[in-house]
Amino acid sequence: MSEGTPGTAALVPPPEEPTLLGLHEMELNFGPQHPATHGVLRVVLKVDGERIVSARPDVGYLHRGTEKLFETETYPMVIPHTDRMDYVAAATNNHAYCLAVEKILGVEVPKRAQYIRVLLDEMQRVSSHLLWLATAAIDLGAITPFFYTFREREVILDLFEEYCGARLTLNCMRIGGLPVDLTPGWVERTQAFFETLEAKIDEYEDLLTENRIWKERTVGIGVLAADRCVAWGVTGPVLRAAGVAWDVRRALPYECYPELEFDIPVGKNADTYDRYLVRVAELRQSRRIALQCCDWLAKNPEGEIRGKVPRVIKPAAGMAYASVEAPKGELGFFLVSSGANKPYRLHVRAPSFVNLQSLPEMIRGHLVSDLVAVIGTYDIVLGEVDR
Amino acid sequence: MTDETNDTKPPVPPEPQAPAPDAAAKPAPARPAAAAEGAPAAPAPAGVTGATGNTGAAAAAPKPAAPKPPAAPPKPAGPKPTDASDKPLVKALAEAVPGAVAAASEFVGELTIDVPPEKLVDACRHLCARESFTYLVDLTAVDWKERKPRFDVVLWLHSFARGNERVRLRVAVGEGESCPSVTGVWPAANWLEREVFDLYGVPFGGHPDLRRILTWDGFQGHPLRKDFPVEGIDTGAAIYPEAYPEGGGPGGKDPNRKVLS
Repeated sequence: MSEGTPGTAALVPPPEEPTLLGLHEMELNFGPQHPATHGVLRVVLKVDGERIVSARPDVGYLHRGTEKLFETETYPMVIPHTDRMDYVAAATNNHAYCLAVEKILGVEVPKRAQYIRVLLDEMQRVSSHLLWLATAAIDLGAITPFFYTFREREVILDLFEEYCGARLTLNCMRIGGLPVDLTPGWVERTQAFFETLEAKIDEYEDLLTENRIWKERTVGIGVLAADRCVAWGVTGPVLRAAGVAWDVRRALPYECYPELEFDIPVGKNADTYDRYLVRVAELRQSRRIALQCCDWLAKNPEGEIRGKVPRVIKPAAGMAYASVEAPKGELGFFLVSSGANKPYRLHVRAPSFVNLQSLPEMIRGHLVSDLVAVIGTYDIVLGEVDR
Repeated sequence: MTDETNDTKPPVPPEPQAPAPDAAAKPAPARPAAAAEGAPAAPAPAGVTGATGNTGAAAAAPKPAAPKPPAAPPKPAGPKPTDASDKPLVKALAEAVPGAVAAASEFVGELTIDVPPEKLVDACRHLCARESFTYLVDLTAVDWKERKPRFDVVLWLHSFARGNERVRLRVAVGEGESCPSVTGVWPAANWLEREVFDLYGVPFGGHPDLRRILTWDGFQGHPLRKDFPVEGIDTGAAIYPEAYPEGGGPGGKDPNRKVLS
């Protein structure tokens, strides 16, 4: 190290103190290749027999330097990169980014584009929650729900494919609106799907809600009370399962959400089981919102889908933060513009990253097998944690 | 090597840079109202953005942009930060923690308070306990390579009790200086501060576990600094400098390899 990075050597922290283990304790590495970590999460456990004394999550295995990459791309070119953060919920990522840029630009998004955006968001939420339900159940040994939830998720992905050509990395929004209008018949097909969804959700609940094994594995596991959730910055279903009815869609409304009717489901016991109940209830609420959007779009089949956006996007110098309610929690984009055609700095407030911090507190005193349930209950996506 | 890559980015000075004579006098990131509506702020971004575009004509004079302010007036259209030091929240903070408010501004409906580093923890304690900003939404940093306090550490706070009000705190931290940690106020700051330490090299005094988080232990350099090459560096040499001296190591034969030393 020379003058290239002055002072860097001094910043390297002192070596970690050797972990002191008790007589019956041992250190156990969980991951990064464990299938139940939903990616490449590593948790260093200190266990006493089967009981977890302490846990230290180790993230960064999937770090791709996306935020550095943002700074080299023009504003529209950033959108496909946002798909790759939370790759099972690309629409909400696109949405949050577009909102941040639109905030500085002062662009008004046309009503029709707002409804389509919200519809895409809610479809994404349903597909993300279905994926969560499938994998969280598999983690605990229940394979059957997977076949049911993926049946419905497939329909949503087909609808996405019909709209924008992609199933996972959607790239389905643009600054100021949308890239393309809906294809003929798409709204009717989406409406038909959501009308059948209620009965399908009942099927999932039949499999799990009163299932004795499921309840034994989840009730009272990973409790994180409301005040601790707030202290750790935890948002999304985990916060709502602790009884806090806080949702970005209601608290800091964006797009046409104030015009839509929906409830915010909350839990009572702040445990893994309540988080399951909250997410299932959110599936029903998302269905409600999606049907209202379909109704509106069926009544308004024509209209602008893109606001007045300059050809070269150069927001005024300044900073702005915009957030949406992603399936995992509050997803925010913090944008610093220097007046150029590229973001000077674009930081992603990833809900998975912030939520995962509370893992050591949530897991302390539980059994090793409960760690699988607790990691599942966060619904983390490592692409978003590590960026 | 590193300098060459910098040129691809817009080296635009930040807004707090505008009152240059003031900045020399006070260590705090003075951002008075003059910076918001003052004429000298406008020509700087206009001249520099032209240079980044490499369109030729505008790129000719990157430095002496001052003499021709009306050259590119349509560029900085859009919202401008306005002074917000008379907001009740700002006044209450300045009263409760003397010296905590260096400046306050509002931009696109978001309130930003500039706080000197030494007052940060007191200001945060006040905002958390008295003003019910119990939820730390986000903490990150911005690297203004050319500016004298080089980094801005930015906190974004939320209050449930005040009707979902949000406020941003901005702390200017110089190269090699440390920023006080707010983990004692919000545990949520833990990983966010580690991330800033990892990617920017801003240490946080009083942090309980200040280690790298996204890059690996032993990685050298701070990737989000503006002088870090986008292509990355030869990490083989960076991890094991004694085993792989410069020119050796994986990729050592590659004439284009980037070494951070």
